[in-house]
This record gives sequence, C-alpha cells and structure tokens, in this order.
Amino acid sequence: MASRNISVSETSRPKLPRHTRLKFDETRQVWVILAPERVLAPDEIAVEVLHLCDGVRSVAEMVDQLAEKYAAPREAIATDVIAMLQDLADKGFLTEVRESTA
Amino acid sequence: MSDTLAGNKTTAGPTDGLAVLEQTRSAAETYGIPLAVLLEITHRCPLQCPYCSNPVELDRGSTELTTDEWTKVLSELAELGVLQIHFSGGEPTARKDIVELVQHATDVGLYSNLITSAVLLTKDKLSALADAGLSHVQISFQGNEPLVADRVAGLKDAHRKKLEVAKWTRELDMPLTVNAVMHRQNLHQLPDIIQMAVDLDADRLEVANVQYYGWALKNRAALMPTVAQIEETSRIVEEAQVRLKGTLAIDYVVPDYYALRPKKCMGGWGRQFFNISPAGKVLPCHAAESITGLEFESVRSNHSIAWIWQNSEAFNRYRGTGWMPEPCKSCEFREVDYGGCRCQAFALTGDAGNTDPACALSPRHEEIFKQAERESAGSQNRFLYRNFAGGTLETDERQEKPQDKSHGA
Repeated sequence: MASRNISVSETSRPKLPRHTRLKFDETRQVWVILAPERVLAPDEIAVEVLHLCDGVRSVAEMVDQLAEKYAAPREAIATDVIAMLQDLADKGFLTEVRESTA
Repeated sequence: MSDTLAGNKTTAGPTDGLAVLEQTRSAAETYGIPLAVLLEITHRCPLQCPYCSNPVELDRGSTELTTDEWTKVLSELAELGVLQIHFSGGEPTARKDIVELVQHATDVGLYSNLITSAVLLTKDKLSALADAGLSHVQISFQGNEPLVADRVAGLKDAHRKKLEVAKWTRELDMPLTVNAVMHRQNLHQLPDIIQMAVDLDADRLEVANVQYYGWALKNRAALMPTVAQIEETSRIVEEAQVRLKGTLAIDYVVPDYYALRPKKCMGGWGRQFFNISPAGKVLPCHAAESITGLEFESVRSNHSIAWIWQNSEAFNRYRGTGWMPEPCKSCEFREVDYGGCRCQAFALTGDAGNTDPACALSPRHEEIFKQAERESAGSQNRFLYRNFAGGTLETDERQEKPQDKSHGA
C-alpha cells in the first residue's frame, strides 16, 4: 500500500500514485491532474517537476537539473520544488518510493 | 450520494496551492462542457434508503441503456472533453457490465470513480474493476454499527459487508471515500462514523446532511434534525477537520433548511454539471425529473450530448439569471447561489421558477422552516423505504426491534 503522510525532502523519490493522473487536456489545452473528485490545473513549472517524478529520481537530482536548465540559484529552486511537492503529498496526490529494508 | 457533486460544501485540508479548474475558467467558458459527469447507470439497488436521491419514479431495468449505448456515451463524453466519470445508480454494480464499462472509460482516457453501496461486490469483482482502471471508490455508510445502519438501509448484513469492501478497496491500493448521509436518526453516531473512516484508512469522508426532495421529502418527518443537532454536527465536523488535517479530508454538506441563504445547487442550473439517467435522459441535476413540465432530451434522440447541453430547452430554462423572478432578480447574491435549488422550489412551492424557500428572502421561508422545526421535534420515526413499488412503510417490528441481531457490533 502506498505510504501517506510523507515528508518531502531532497532524498525523496516521489511519484504520482496510480489514482493520480497527469494528463494533457486537449479540449482546454492545459495540463491537468486527475484525482478523486478533483481536477487540478498545475502551472508550467509544476508540470515540468511532475514529469520528473518517476519514483527513480530524487528531489535533489530534480533540483540540480532545474537549476542548471534555468541557470537559477539551487537553493531557491529547492525551496519551491519541495513546497510544491509537499502540497501535493498533503493532499494524497503524491507517493514515495522507499528503499526496501526487507 | 450524488450530492457529492453539489456545490454546497466546505472542504477541509490544505489550502489549494494549485488552482481548481472551475475557479480559473474565464466567463466565456462558463458553459463549457463539465469536467465530470455523473452516470446513473441503473436505478436497481439492494438498499432501500428512505432518503435516496433517485427520483420517486424510478427507471425500470428494461428501460436502461444497453452496454453498447453506454460505451457510445462514454466515448462521446471523452471526445467532448469530459475528464472524469462517476459511475453511480441505484447500485452501479447491479449492472453485469460494470467492469466492461469502466474498462471502456479507461480506454477512451476517462478517470473513473465508483459510487457504490458495496453490498454486491466480491473481492474478485473489485479487483477486476481495479484492473479495468477504476481510480476511486466511494462507499455509502448509513451508520457506524449494524443496528442503525442496516435499519436505515433496509437490508440485513449490509453494514458488515460495507466494512469488508472498504478494507479490500485499501488493500487494492485504491483511494476510499466514506460517504455518510446524516439525519435525525443517525446524527448521534457522527463522532463514531468519523473514527470509523479513520480506522478504514479512508482518504475522504463526506458528511452529507440529507437534502429534502424526492424520497427524502416523503420521509422528512422521520429524518429532519433539530436545530440543536445541526449546531452540534457543525461543531463536531469543524473540530474533526482541524484534528484530522493530513489524515482524513472531510467534506461537509449542510442542510439548507436551517440556512439563511440557499445552496448554489449544482453550481447553478446548467452551468457546470449534468448527469445521465439509466434510461439515457441528460439532466441538469439528478432530481430534475421531479419537475413536471420540463422535457429532457435523451442520448437516444438524434441530438448529440453537446447539443443537448448547449441548446436544449430544459438546460436553458433556468440557466444564468435571466429567468429569475423577484426577490432573486435584483438580489446581490444572484450570481452567488443562482437562486438555490430548482427541484426544491418545485417540490415546496409548485413552481421551479420560484426562489428556493431555503432562502430567507423567499416569502415561503418562514412557513417551511417552522414546519421542518415542528417535524424535527416530533416522534414520527417510521421510514418509507425506497423501492420500485412507490415505497414500503417500515413495520413496527422492524422499528422497535432493530433487525440483524445475529450480526451485532
């Protein structure tokens, strides 16, 4: 079962759970997140971050990638990305892949 | 059940960092195709809840759309830009083709929710639905233990079965919403229902006070809560919303009888919602067929669903503000609540074009509120159960000696 109440940090490897779908809405020409009883409209940056959430990449790696691409201060990007992902996680729309301890 | 789609709820949980689409739409898109559509694929249901949101005149099985007709509807909705489908009823799993319909929804890119009484589901069936792409399960509960719950549902062993299916839902890693419809005879269980939702590992709980039209209006004297009960309910919900933040999101649908302002029913008639009845009627509200004199177009007609949504007489009759009489017409809140609920206006005043009497500005408000208050204090607790025969009155035996002792809590 997917873990909930996750705390997003640079070491997290987040991904969208099965019931949360990122999709391009052809009719309205926007990206949407489909979730139970909800349709969210993430902004461009959020969409870019969400595309990186594959359960393999860590948040630190995402931040590195974005900082390089936008030639922006790493710290500022990290703050924004973690806040955005934590918001999604709090709503139950993001899950995390954990290292197996078995 | 379908009240989930009504606009009158407060949502708990973190503030939206991400905008909900409806709120960011431009005025020009106001009558754009809805994001989600409710499909009431059958009115058949093993439960007999006395507040059922289906019309009193139920569609019989023989009139239901066929599998081919529903799959065609699903394809057409996806093509139009609908994003989510709520499979509801009646009991949607009473249809033998439910897995096939969910699979088709998935194939055409739609996100599927199942709104169910759960009592017909086996673990295999639920698993097949998950494999077909079902993304969210919403289970109705009538109480927190079998004595009250099975009596309200009018079905033995229903509560135990629901708990079982809720557990399977989480085992299959699907998000679970517990839907609790509240009224005078189960409001005392609310704190326990909230705890039950937490114990079931639900993501969301809907605490929905009964809305009084159709079956519920017939049962109003047995269901109407007192003002004191409602105040206590609101307090309990607000406390739980704070306490359970991040664990359980609680949506709260208030009973409009005790409000001063009416609910923005359906987000306004024909503005952001439609549903399709078992027989294929395209409706601005799941109770709309209770309004006599309105002709609703069917998906079996020669018209497309888009045409029906945009151009049909029934959708345009109470759309926007042009139809409004006074006191709505000059009211500063006319685009806030759109005059309230048309079905309630019809049921209580005989004219769907009147101001909803739930509004304190309605000339009928005082009279209706007083009547509800009298009923709430009365001792008429006997239910008229919902069925295809126009309802069956609860027997004394059932009422005094609640059934199902063999499955005690």
